[in-house]
Amino acid sequence: MPEQYIYAVARVRGKELKLLSAPVMDSLVAAPGTQEALRILADHGWGNGEEAGIDEMLAEEREKTWAFISELVPDMSVFDVFLYANDYHNLKAAVKETAMMETRDSVFIGRSQTTVDADLIRNAVRDHDFSALPEEMAQVAREALDVLLHTGDGQLSDIMIDRAALVRILEAGKKSDNEILQMYGELTVACADIKAAIRASLMKKDRAFLDKALAPCDSLDIADLAQAAADSTDAVYEYLGRTRYSDAVSELRKSPSAFERWCDNLMIEKIRPEIHHPFTIGPLAAYILARENEIKCVRMILSGKINDLSVESIRERVRETYV
Amino acid sequence: MGDLGLFFAILGAALAALVAGAGSARGVGMAGQAAAGVVTDQPDMFGRVLILQLLPGTQGIYGLLIAFVAMNNLGIIGGTPANISLLKGLAYLGACLPMAIVGYISAINQAKAAVASIALVSKRPDQFGKSMLFPAMVETYAIFALLISILAISGVGAIQ
Repeated sequence: MPEQYIYAVARVRGKELKLLSAPVMDSLVAAPGTQEALRILADHGWGNGEEAGIDEMLAEEREKTWAFISELVPDMSVFDVFLYANDYHNLKAAVKETAMMETRDSVFIGRSQTTVDADLIRNAVRDHDFSALPEEMAQVAREALDVLLHTGDGQLSDIMIDRAALVRILEAGKKSDNEILQMYGELTVACADIKAAIRASLMKKDRAFLDKALAPCDSLDIADLAQAAADSTDAVYEYLGRTRYSDAVSELRKSPSAFERWCDNLMIEKIRPEIHHPFTIGPLAAYILARENEIKCVRMILSGKINDLSVESIRERVRETYV
Repeated sequence: MGDLGLFFAILGAALAALVAGAGSARGVGMAGQAAAGVVTDQPDMFGRVLILQLLPGTQGIYGLLIAFVAMNNLGIIGGTPANISLLKGLAYLGACLPMAIVGYISAINQAKAAVASIALVSKRPDQFGKSMLFPAMVETYAIFALLISILAISGVGAIQ
């Protein structure tokens, strides 16, 4: 129904004016120090006007985004695809917490940015009673906890959960009838697979490990990618050269962070046409991704300032902006 | 048969008001949602977006005009309905259809253009003049339909 999101998209258009543009990002990068950068952010409405740590400020900005979107969309489940990664992050933390028999409250992501409450996951894992969890999560939670308790292999436990998260993201994207959400699911899984394949090839992992780590997606042949990664890093580059991700090879040769930047920029490039769409949920999804990208960039710039990195070095890491 | 002729003639008048009016109601509603979204965060935009919201409302007025002219020709407004043939009644129905059909389609499409223009104005208030032109272009076709319906009703009225 074309009328469903007209009001929401109009609200988003107003908010897009407040997104940090490329010149503002440049001025943040060029700021002489952290305090000056924070002042620029405050001038653009970041934070709540009170003194707060950088992590708190960024967390608050993320909260603002989700609070705004929840005002506009009656059924927030359409955006679950963006939140599954947080659910499975909480699951990994809960599995480790139970296996190590320690409590680490600070690593869990809060309710507003998850689809399953972190406490519910923690209780389920601690009590070994997974019935309260969604079916897709319960199975991998049980298996990952068993692996960690019986073998002590934290890496294997993590990759099992990461893979389950990717499968869920891809499925959620496919189930949605929106191109942006479908693209997000596909691109997230493909980029994660490429990163995992490169890392595994550098660590000389075998094919069995790769089969457990890589999640299927439409734009990559996982069997070919796994075999290439088991052979060598160059074989991965060669395989990728034959896919739609051939442009990523030169970035992968530079560094993992250059590849991550390439992935983020590709995402922004794909969502940019949503600036002109007035009727679908696409502009809302694009706004969420643009805000996440913005928060990631600001975190990178501020940590660069704190660590006294050069302006050029910070600029190399900054992503493209949506507006 | 005279009653049947009058029935079809009134049906034409009713369709012009009803279908074009329904299109305008839906169109103004769509543009109104976009306008409300803009005014929520930018209250100073009220005047500009209100004008854009009203643009898809003209088809309803044209439909009303056609219905009025047709009913006037039929003598219904004066309280003395004319005794017209079935053929003449069908001719009145046909004369009213351009306004009914084009009115509805143009109202919806004008609303879509108005929604896009409201988004444009919210980002670039200085482009208000240009933003008016995009939905106004759609108006051309509603005016063509209005003209044809008026000419056709006048022509049918002259048939003996």
